[in-house]
This record gives sequence, structure tokens and C-alpha cells, in this order.
Amino acid sequence: MNPSRNGPLPMDAPSPGSSFTDLLDSMGALPTLNLPAAEKALSVPEGTTVLALRYGDGVVMAGDRRATEGHLVAHRRIRKVFPADRFSAVAVAGTAGLAIDMVRLFQVELEHYEKIEGVRLSLEGKASFLARLVRNQLPLAFQGLVVVPMFAGYDESEGTGRLYSFDVVGGRYEEIDFGSTGSGSRLAKSYLRTVYRDDLTADEASAYAVNALVSASQEDTATGGPDLKRGIYPNVVRIDAGGFEELADEVVAPLAEQAVEDIR
Amino acid sequence: MTIPFYVAPEQLVRDKAEFARKGIARGRSIIAVDYANGLLMLAENPSTALHKISEVYDRIAFAGVGKYNEFETLRKAGIRQADLMGYLYSRDDVTAMGLATQFAQTLGVIFTRDPKPFEVELLIAEISADGSEHRLFRITYDGTLYDERNFVAIGGKSEQLTSALEELWSPEMDLDSALEAAQEAFRQAEGRDSEGWEAAILDGTNGRRAFRRIDFGPEAGSTTRVTSPEGDDTV
Repeated sequence: MNPSRNGPLPMDAPSPGSSFTDLLDSMGALPTLNLPAAEKALSVPEGTTVLALRYGDGVVMAGDRRATEGHLVAHRRIRKVFPADRFSAVAVAGTAGLAIDMVRLFQVELEHYEKIEGVRLSLEGKASFLARLVRNQLPLAFQGLVVVPMFAGYDESEGTGRLYSFDVVGGRYEEIDFGSTGSGSRLAKSYLRTVYRDDLTADEASAYAVNALVSASQEDTATGGPDLKRGIYPNVVRIDAGGFEELADEVVAPLAEQAVEDIR
Repeated sequence: MTIPFYVAPEQLVRDKAEFARKGIARGRSIIAVDYANGLLMLAENPSTALHKISEVYDRIAFAGVGKYNEFETLRKAGIRQADLMGYLYSRDDVTAMGLATQFAQTLGVIFTRDPKPFEVELLIAEISADGSEHRLFRITYDGTLYDERNFVAIGGKSEQLTSALEELWSPEMDLDSALEAAQEAFRQAEGRDSEGWEAAILDGTNGRRAFRRIDFGPEAGSTTRVTSPEGDDTV
């Protein structure tokens, strides 16, 4: 059912009244799919490696730009790291179409709650909600359509950056140092493990994030390395007390060039 | 069985209107004024917890006078509608015109159908992406919709405020002078100093979410202020 553009506003709120997802659900407009058991897995674009790491004042999140369909490159410039609200970001790996839609719903949910209630959800609250969205996808995961996000943000009450990884059933795990998900995640984590310190600066953390992605792209064909010729660089974002900030291509380009230079 | 007394429709509408007007007149007024980059909304409001002005969508704000629970219900219904439209279609498809029409319809239906009309008056404000153009809609308790220009006042003292603003307002004012003009209009209309201000702006320089609250200094009526980063200019 779609809302009417004309006529009086529906005045009855679903319960709880501050959730946009519950509002969609109450109208039967929540994107849930009930698929028949697949004989053969669908071939759809999949996003690959994303990662996040904490530094002294906040958290850095980054993702490569490739989406694959089987052994083919489906998209070269796909975006997998998104702002969630002013103090948090979400990154996704897995079935691209479902993942991007999940992010869109998550963004509207956070803003909707903030407008209705007059305050933002706590960082923990945002992570819990994202876990619920992942769990809603569980029937699709059995069909091979898996979405696994990462969530990172600046905790305004604690005054620190925090990050969460998830599993396919909606499990939510807070990471104290770094995390990664997607096909190249093990390679990225192996790299981060060798360089990580508690007192990284924002610039060091951004450089390590790019290095980790480049490192993963060397061994995992589904992870796209920086494409210096076409000018395609990883998406890198930072969240600290000042809020969300995406690094411009001009800032990421030298980091990517250096990372490619350093690779053996 | 008792037969209900016949009441002429003219009488019924007149009584309801008088009832609603009385309720609204008891509440404090709100004004909206246009300035160089956007729109300023100012209310006299001693409470810092109960807001009369709030964000509805990226460049749309809502203000209500009268009974708090009634305009709060309308505000939430408006936010739900705006977020639904923006999610199902595109963010550009949510307009103040569309929302104002629906608020007007809602109030119109309640006025004719329900025994007790809503004792509220609403203001829906919108700025264009660059803040240079604006729309102001005023909606009364019976669902009448007015399209206003430059400045508008709602609530019990709206006539006095409007005539004060006619003297005080000028085009292309900066935010500070707009705020001073708005506060002076309240002083003239009420004949006393304010017991506390609530103010918010829709400013074209704020990015996607143009709405910001203005925090006033410790002493009420002070013009030293900071804008709180309520909105989100990154998404």
C-alpha cells in the first residue's frame, strides 16, 4: 500500500511510533521478499571488502569500489561506505542491491527517530537497530542473498569512536580495534593486525585503511585496487567529535598511489 | 428515546469557530520572517523542553500554536508522511505545498466531523536549495490555507505582530537584524519583555538538512547565541 498524496494525513501511529521501519511494516510496504527455494543461485552483483578501525579521536571507515557478479566485474565505482547520520557511518558487503536498500532504510530510520523524538538514538541503539535489519534478511541469506554490514560512529556520551561488526543472523559484535567484512576481509585484517596501535592519528589510520584495501586486492580478485588510470579510489570516511567527514579524492589519491607503490 | 435538538449548521460552525479561536488566543504567538539566506521562526516560549518549532524534512519546518498535544499529533503525522514520500519516491518529491495541503485537509475534516475542533494554528515554511526563495503557509483551525509572503504571524497576537512587522521588516536583512526585528515585534505587540525565546532557522548554507535551532545565552532575550548542529549536512 502506498501513502496517499491527497486527503487527510493518517493520524494513527504504529507502535512504537518513532520507528520508520515499523511505519512501513504497518502499511505492508516493508521490502521483505518471500522467495521460492532456488534450484540455482541467482547471479547478482556483490560488494566486497569494507573495513573500519579506531584511532585516538574517532574511527575511520573505508571500502573498495568493486562489485562482482561471479567472476566478472559488475561495477567499478560502486559505493559501499555511507553516512548513517551526523555521527555515524555504515558500510556494506554482500548482495549490492539489497545492501544499498538496507542502508537507505537505516538512514531514514535514524533521521525519522531524531525528528519525532527530538534527540538522536545512542550509538548502541543505532547498532541494535541495524542488527534487526540484518536479521530480517535471514530468509534471503538462505537463498544465497547475504548482506553483512559494519557500523562505526562517534559515541557522544563516551567521547570515543566505536565500531561494530555483524554476522549474517544479525549478531552484533563490538570491536575494540578494527574490523572488516567481505571477501577480502581476512587479508585486510591480517594487514591491520601488523600495523595497529591504540594511539593512531587520523592521518595514519586513513593511510592504513587504504593500505589494507590495496593489500586485500592483491590476493582477492573480488576486491578492487585503486584504479589510478581511471581515477577510481577507495571511499574513506572519518568520524570524530566534529562529526562525519568523507575524504575527498584529492586526499585519498596520494594515499592510494603510495600504497600501490609500496606493494611487492 | 429522546430526539436530539436541531442545531442550524451556521450556528454549529460559528460555535466551533469561536471555541477554537478562544483556545488559540490563550496561547503565545509565533512569527516567521524571511532573511537573506533563509527563514527565521521565533516563538515566545519559556519552556526549553517543549518545542513549538521543529524540523519536518530537509528544507521544511513546522510551527504550531494552541494546544500542545494537538499540534504535536499533527507534527508527527507530517513527519511520517514526509519521510514515507521521500523514501518511496525521492527526497525532491516532498514539498511544503503538498504537506500544507494535507495539514489543511486534516484540520478541515476534524473541524467538520469531530465534536471538538483542534485549537491550533500551523505554519509550514520551506526554503529553496540555495535559500534564496521561500514559501510560507499558514493553516487555521478550520483547515483554511493561506499562502504568505516575507513574514507571517500565527496565534492570538497575530494581527498586532503583523502590523509591527510591517514597520520593522525589510528585504535582504541578515540573520541578526531579522532576529532583532522579530523580537522587537513581540515587544511591541505584547507590551512587555519576553519570558524566553524559542527560535530556529532554515538556512540555505546549512547543507541538506537546513533546519537549525538557535540557542540563546543564559539571560533570556539576549542576542548572543550559537546555532546548535541539530541537522545533518553530510548525508
